Amino acid sequence: MTPQTEVCLEGISKSFAGVRALDNVSLTIGKGEIVCLAGENGSGKSTLVKILAGVLRPDSGSIEIGGHPYPHLHPIEAVRAGIQVIYQDFSLFPNLTVAENIAFNEQLSSRRKFVRWRKVREVARGALAKVGVNVDLDARVEDLTVANKQVVAIARALLQDAKLIAMDEPTSALTEHEVHALLDIIRRLKRDGISVLFISHKLREIFAICEKIVVLRNGRKVADGPAREFDLASLSLHMLGRRLESHARNRGQEHGEELLRLDRLGRGQQFADVSFALHAGEVLGITGLLGSGRTELASALFGLTPADRGRILLGGQPVRIGSPREAIAHGLGYVPSDRLTEGLFLPQSIGNNIAVSSLDELSSNGVLDKARVRGLIDEWVRQLQVRTPNANLPVQSLSGGNQQRVVLARWLARAPRVLILNGPTVGVDVGSKAEIHDIIARLANAGMGIIVISDDLPEILAACDRILVMQAGRVVEEVAGDTVDEDHLAARLAG
Amino acid sequence: MTRLFARNETLVTLILIAFCVVTSLIDPNFLSLPTLFDLLRNGTVMSIFALGVLLVLASGGIDLSFTAIAAFAMYVATKAMMMLGLGDSMMFAILFAGAIGLLLGLINAFFIGTLKLPTMIVTLGTMNAFQGFLLTFVGTTLITQVPLGMRSFSRTMLVRLETPDGTIVSLPVAFLILVVLATVTGLLLNRTTLGRSIYALGGAPESAERVGVRVVAVQYFVYAYVGALSGVAGIVHGAMARVANPFDLVGLELSVIAAVVLGGARLSGGHGTLFGTLLGVALIVVINNSLITLGIPSTWQNVLTGLLILVGTGLPAFRAKLATQRAG
Repeated sequence: MTPQTEVCLEGISKSFAGVRALDNVSLTIGKGEIVCLAGENGSGKSTLVKILAGVLRPDSGSIEIGGHPYPHLHPIEAVRAGIQVIYQDFSLFPNLTVAENIAFNEQLSSRRKFVRWRKVREVARGALAKVGVNVDLDARVEDLTVANKQVVAIARALLQDAKLIAMDEPTSALTEHEVHALLDIIRRLKRDGISVLFISHKLREIFAICEKIVVLRNGRKVADGPAREFDLASLSLHMLGRRLESHARNRGQEHGEELLRLDRLGRGQQFADVSFALHAGEVLGITGLLGSGRTELASALFGLTPADRGRILLGGQPVRIGSPREAIAHGLGYVPSDRLTEGLFLPQSIGNNIAVSSLDELSSNGVLDKARVRGLIDEWVRQLQVRTPNANLPVQSLSGGNQQRVVLARWLARAPRVLILNGPTVGVDVGSKAEIHDIIARLANAGMGIIVISDDLPEILAACDRILVMQAGRVVEEVAGDTVDEDHLAARLAG
Repeated sequence: MTRLFARNETLVTLILIAFCVVTSLIDPNFLSLPTLFDLLRNGTVMSIFALGVLLVLASGGIDLSFTAIAAFAMYVATKAMMMLGLGDSMMFAILFAGAIGLLLGLINAFFIGTLKLPTMIVTLGTMNAFQGFLLTFVGTTLITQVPLGMRSFSRTMLVRLETPDGTIVSLPVAFLILVVLATVTGLLLNRTTLGRSIYALGGAPESAERVGVRVVAVQYFVYAYVGALSGVAGIVHGAMARVANPFDLVGLELSVIAAVVLGGARLSGGHGTLFGTLLGVALIVVINNSLITLGIPSTWQNVLTGLLILVGTGLPAFRAKLATQRAG
């Protein structure tokens, strides 16, 4: 028995200012079917979703939802037809409570003039029960974790009689554990007959959840079929249009002198008794769940929230790192996990973002040497292959992978001896990810000591020589990168 | 419990109580009915302004022009009623001044809602334009002989009591207007879809637009409502002072905004409650009054108000920072 068709897009094309974003793309989604829309950044995924939501109008092609044709689909019509899109920013109201966020759309669309708070809570509780997750109804959304915000957004979508929920990169900010919880929610939605369009470039999740896979590349559909007809290699081939080379680290090579040593480092309740050494040319991985102390350790090393116990030794000499300035002076570099809020000046130019941490070296007597600044920017844009026509464009015009390169370039321009990377490929597509791992390997081979902090286990395994597993603020295991597999590591993480 | 202590309202209440205790220790007459009535009388106009400011801040904007609107509405309404001989009813005066305020508010709304200009720039501009227009084209002379309706309004008392020592204390009927306006504003903000849309807009403008809030309509409402409230506040102020002074009120706007922020509203939008707002005003009014009672120079008012804003808004922010650090 073939499933009933919920959504049918036929021959959709769309151009922006002469650039083809979508070229004759067709997509069908059955009732209760979980379909993955895969593709690299810029492949046209977001455009297709916006067309489905009625936000953009296609240049040609037809849209059918629940058997009805919609020649001029309007956002309101899309919602009435049961299409719900959960954007990456969730479109929630941080200042309002969970209950109100969930019930707000329904309140608006019902055109009621007055709010009955008991009803609001009732409605919200019901919607959360459908999702199967408990969230405090009176908590303000700004105080929730990303995973719980997502739950609220899903609950709100369900209230609008959603028949299809499209999720745009729903897992990019979630930890491993939270991803599993989300996949459970999606399976639950399927049982209730709700279709899910899962937009992602994380291959493992795609195989874990999806029944059908549609791959876009440069605005064209390049593959469409049941998930079982794909494997990791064929899917990434379709997405990239080329084979990903395997970048196994040249392990077992002799590392250079000791650069950094921690001796029973600790801070408050966050982490304790962390000791390890990092050598020149080594890539050390630190992994752990959210709250395991991995990020706090990195912040302490870089002086953002200084450690209060233990010693840090650089090149054998004990040093005090009380602020980022001191850390930088000691030759440390830190690329934070949330590059958008912690690392980059988004509206500023690519060039300014690269040069900003090297301004002291580039000036004499307090006056900037413009030519040297120019040279430095060009050098790093070229070395890290930042894809931009012009370094004067704002950083926000770049894709995630390229933004990450800009942050990297900024630190590399200072030639640090030790570079700490926190979640180096969060929100970055497969192709860029491999290239960033490549850059890490190149830097290490050139003698830099690198610490990679991540809960993306395949990444840790691919990039690191040695891996420390953290749990509840302590290092519970140290393993060599080539002696463990992912399952073992995942088990250790959960404890 | 922790939630209770995380609120600005709690902090402001504690400061308010502390202040009353200290003042009454120095001046035993402080805690008395005459003082309470004095405070209510002195706080009425500022509270009406504060209601409007709360609405604007909740919507994510800021209004600097409301005092200029109030002065404009008060002076123009008074002068027109004198010229036309329509000054017998205070109710008419209130509606008239409110309507003038509403129209001026719509001018703000046009620039902010339709032309999408930043609220601070627009209202900074209109504040100067409204006051300049008033002084250039309407007049600069005080009207000391205000219409009959306003005069009798200032003499009408809601409560009149005689204390044991023989002094007569009274609460003007103007206070009733504040009660009505506060109730209406409170219901509007907490019980209507429009009110919740104002908070939604202040919290996340793009999200509000996406879920179908009619953003421009909400902005028109907000600035028109604030204009109308300011017009009413202006005429009530003029009536209670029994003089229409075109130079009056302007300059007060930052104190009012400060009081509202002290009460928990945020300049970044989306936050603020009716209760907190009234508490914020109460604190400022109590301080101003008791400093006079205690014989401390009035220049100290500014120093204290400034410190209170730093503490009242800084402490919750500092606590939030600590909390996020602890959560890691």
